[in-house]
Amino acid sequence: MKRRNFIKNSMLFAGALTALPSVLFTKKSYAAWPKTSFDIKDLTDSVKSVYGHNNLEESSKIKLKAPSIAENGAIVPINVSTSLDNVDSIMIFVENNPQPLSSGYQLTQLAEPSIGTRLKMGKTSNVMAAVKSGDKVYTATQEVKVTIGGCGG
Amino acid sequence: MSTIKMRSKESNGVVTVKALIKHPMETGQRKNKKTGDIIPAHYIQEVHSKANGKDVITIHWGPAVSKNPYLTFKYKGNKGDDVEISWVDNQGNKDTKIGKVK
Repeated sequence: MKRRNFIKNSMLFAGALTALPSVLFTKKSYAAWPKTSFDIKDLTDSVKSVYGHNNLEESSKIKLKAPSIAENGAIVPINVSTSLDNVDSIMIFVENNPQPLSSGYQLTQLAEPSIGTRLKMGKTSNVMAAVKSGDKVYTATQEVKVTIGGCGG
Repeated sequence: MSTIKMRSKESNGVVTVKALIKHPMETGQRKNKKTGDIIPAHYIQEVHSKANGKDVITIHWGPAVSKNPYLTFKYKGNKGDDVEISWVDNQGNKDTKIGKVK
């Protein structure tokens, strides 16, 4: 009887072990499009929903290239690059947009931490680039003045 | 016709990829001026890129990305690499393009 119990228990244990990694991996692998984070209307809440905290640190190692005055809010070119190591992801937040989170870039080991895109901006706002390196989140912020908004119609 | 225009160039072991995607990127917040009806949201949510079959970058876009979006990124690679870019939008449409690094 003892032996039978031992086998039974060890099998249960093995089952738990095989089940565990699959849970870990689904969390680690590329997450689905984060609808909640994109829907949030407040910058602080938005940052918290992405990283789980609001401990941001300004860093001069992030280069945020954005126009100081954008004539057309429908096309605002934004470039972010950084000399920080082990960059996990780059996120771009536009504080005064209806939803501050504009886009997120998950980098693998192959990628260099340098990305560029064009965003819509409803009105003059701070643009914040957030770079996750290791467990920390570093930011760089710049104000972009918008003369014609890009969200109306 | 592919919706993706892509160019990639290597210099000192780093490949710069530039891409333009043809897409309306409707936010779902605009109204049709004549009828006053809201134009339904239609935008790219995910862009994924691979080089020689290996993942390089996964991008999540919201409606705040401009119409006909432009994208640039860099990765450690070589001349002749096959770079693949694919996108999926919120209505389930998708497209993929593969190009060679110059």
